[in-house]
Amino acid sequence: MRRWLIWTPLVLFALLFAIVAGGLFKPADRVVRSALVGKPLPDFTLPPIAPGKPGLSSAAFRQGQPRLLNIFASWCIPCAAESPQLVRLKAMGVPIDAIAIRDTAPALVDFLRRNGDPYDRIGDDRQSAVQLALGSSGVPESFVIDGRGRIVLQHVGDIRADDVATIAAAIRDAK
Amino acid sequence: MRRLLLLLALAVAAPVSADPSTPPAALAYTQLRDPAQEAQARDLMATLRCVVCQGQSIADSDASMAGDMRALVRSRIAAGETPEAIRAWLVERYGDYVTYDPPFGAATWPLWLAPVALLVIGALIARSSFRRTRR
Amino acid sequence: MIAEAGLAALWFAAALAALQLAMAALGLWRGQAEPVAAVRPIAIVQGGLAAVAMAALIALFLASDMSVRLVVENSHAAKPWLYKFAGAWGNHEGSMLLWVTILGLAGGAVAILERRLPERTLIATLGAQAGIALGFYAFLLFASNPFARVSPAPANGLGLNPLLQDPGLAFHPPTLYIGYVGISVAFSFAVGALVTRDVGPAFARAMRPWVLGAWIFLTLGITAGSYWAYYELGWGGWWFWDPVENASLMPWLAATALLHSVTVLATRDGLRAWTVMLAVVAFSMSMIGTFLVRSGILTSVHAFAVDPERGAFILALLAIYIGGALALFAARIGTVRAGTTFSLVSREGGLVVNNLLLSVILGIVLIGTLYPLVAAGFGVQLSVGPPFFNKAAGPIALALVVAMAVGPLLRWRRDDAGALLDRLIWPIAAAGFTGAALVVLAPPGVLPLFGLSLAAGLAVASVLPLVGRNLRRTPLFTWGMVVAHLGIAVSLAGMACDSAYTSETLVAAAVGQPVRVGPYVVKLDGIKPVVGQNWSALEARLSASRDGETMVLRPQSRYFSDPVTTTSESAIATEWDGQLYTVLGQADGQGRWQLRLWWKPFVTLIWFGGVLIALGGALSLVGRWRRERRIAAREAYA
Repeated sequence: MRRWLIWTPLVLFALLFAIVAGGLFKPADRVVRSALVGKPLPDFTLPPIAPGKPGLSSAAFRQGQPRLLNIFASWCIPCAAESPQLVRLKAMGVPIDAIAIRDTAPALVDFLRRNGDPYDRIGDDRQSAVQLALGSSGVPESFVIDGRGRIVLQHVGDIRADDVATIAAAIRDAK
Repeated sequence: MRRLLLLLALAVAAPVSADPSTPPAALAYTQLRDPAQEAQARDLMATLRCVVCQGQSIADSDASMAGDMRALVRSRIAAGETPEAIRAWLVERYGDYVTYDPPFGAATWPLWLAPVALLVIGALIARSSFRRTRR
Repeated sequence: MIAEAGLAALWFAAALAALQLAMAALGLWRGQAEPVAAVRPIAIVQGGLAAVAMAALIALFLASDMSVRLVVENSHAAKPWLYKFAGAWGNHEGSMLLWVTILGLAGGAVAILERRLPERTLIATLGAQAGIALGFYAFLLFASNPFARVSPAPANGLGLNPLLQDPGLAFHPPTLYIGYVGISVAFSFAVGALVTRDVGPAFARAMRPWVLGAWIFLTLGITAGSYWAYYELGWGGWWFWDPVENASLMPWLAATALLHSVTVLATRDGLRAWTVMLAVVAFSMSMIGTFLVRSGILTSVHAFAVDPERGAFILALLAIYIGGALALFAARIGTVRAGTTFSLVSREGGLVVNNLLLSVILGIVLIGTLYPLVAAGFGVQLSVGPPFFNKAAGPIALALVVAMAVGPLLRWRRDDAGALLDRLIWPIAAAGFTGAALVVLAPPGVLPLFGLSLAAGLAVASVLPLVGRNLRRTPLFTWGMVVAHLGIAVSLAGMACDSAYTSETLVAAAVGQPVRVGPYVVKLDGIKPVVGQNWSALEARLSASRDGETMVLRPQSRYFSDPVTTTSESAIATEWDGQLYTVLGQADGQGRWQLRLWWKPFVTLIWFGGVLIALGGALSLVGRWRRERRIAAREAYA
């Protein structure tokens, strides 16, 4: 057998080893992110769900002012956990709209009563249609949308205390 | 009787973990009337990945989001869209992660060319076993 | 007390493995007689001690001893005893202990039974086996202690994952592990042969029963796993090209190639380098599979332990064993004299094509499984699933089926292509006839059409070697080959039928509403609660009627409390021509219940074929053993 051929299996194994070792020591990011970051917000119109709060449409994000779009639900436990941070952002002057996923009015009203209500508008997405259209893979998620309706940033998962500064800065810079 | 009620309550109670209690979408668990369309939808669903599961297609998962994706696929097929268009729409939003059929492109050409390359290299190696046809 | 005894047995076994390795090395290097003589007894005792440790762990589980952490994390006093018993290996530490136990017992068996191999090669083999065992003992003792205590002992345990509370757990892991360990013995033989430069028919004859035995168990383990997932997970599928499934398939592919190669080496002294290389590859694949399943680097519905730290340990073992073996191969194979040669059109040529195609499929599965990992390293997230594997490996598998039909009909050393074609008349006719009949009577898709036609051709071709022979005097291992290849044809037919003719009905059914699926009309008679040993459930009573006959099926939605989980237990009715598969879903809030019904014609052929394949292997194993005994008896009297 030719000499180089004899050493090929060992070389291939070294390559294989490097691949799996890399996978082990540099764990891949399992979070599924939206592919629409940097692209325009898809058009949508959602009816209202909470009494006294208007529904939400994509046109609301083209009014010249950056806004935060929060995807949440009353049945989602981390959403309750992030409510204080959203209230803080609202106090800092960030306008927040929401899409409620697979929610019912009574449960939602109860959630807002218990956890605070930082939202200007809440859209009713019973069948996750808009959630799918946005490339969102769960609740909670938040999107920073600039004044011209372009998605600037996606935050997957609940907003923690140290995320507040990043998001506020993103809103500021999105002008 | 109490036991029956308890068990039934168990059946309809929402679990403690984060799961919606609203009923699944109409087309998540219902087939399309046209068998050809349903077959198309089923073939497509088997190749789309559930984004909230541990490695399942949307056809095999009971997660509510998978159900919503099935409803989306079925309603679009019923409306006349081609499976490729629906797949492209989802890839536009979730990236190549959502399709189990990796598209041939800059990131995947080694994957798709590997079978051919392996056959050629293997054939060349095997040739050396026959090199001398007569002793 | 038992836990401490088990741990002590494990330590002693590890010490003996170290001693075994040292004695073997000393004996080979220095040529001293005493170390050489010591190796066999040490191997036997080592195996016994490992078995004692495993017995101790099983005893702890059966007694639900909650002072042992493993029992707390994986068991519960209310579990049925079968799942306490099988739960001993239904977790990471226990399954690793099972692995070393089987490894130790196999090493002991080699020490007791192997008589024909030259002493030096056998000692080298036992030394290699001890080296492998030592790595796993170290892994167990330092990173995965199954006997760790927990204090204070809780009142009860966390329970076993309900998906694992199934007879499949008692059967699937042990059969697979026996397969993996058998391959490690074959690997030890290959290393022993390389070290002593004794790669020839004697080494192949010694290694062959271990390869066959391992392969039989791998076949059974994979078949069992596929059927278990099929009826347990409730989506009617039997293979998903999931990383864990691929991890069990890759060693099987390599072992299949190895098992064909080793026969050529044993009987014709050909394919020396192929055989040794395949033994190393087969073991590498089983170790890589072990690593993939436990390290958490790939997402899978079947992954049962996610621990990067332990993954690193296995990775280190992998590097030492495989890297070492491949380096040894490269260093020594050049000095191994080449075996006999043969022409392309010959049985050996057919077997080389077989090796080639199996290796290509193995490469495709490996690349497809690891590709998302590599892409993620470059920041690209993508998924590789059934569409890729079916498109890439499918055609090559069909080519392999053709090779399988042709191969046994070829003569050794040199054959004539024209004569071969004459022998193939009947298989080709069978394939053509089947294809034409299908197109006329029940047209399937293109790929299933090929699959079914080739299956028919292979079925006829696999039986041809028996034609014209005195069947009572045909060697058992020839029967083995016939049955195994026939099993492949049967399995392929089942796969093609499932893919082409399955009908599915999803419906929200009200009580009494008739639903059609395939040839059946199914009616929901009612829902009632039922209670089991550690679960409660809602059970549906379905009446399925066909041609005037009715049968009852009872699918369930089951609720466990330890841990809190909901599973769906499908109800399957098996008929001669297929299975009716029923699953109960959720209520829709309006008095109707979600039902998922499938009619799967001839789907059972898939697993029946798998059993046939294993049976063929068993016939070959027994046949070879009887042939060896007859030769040994003849030599004794000569």
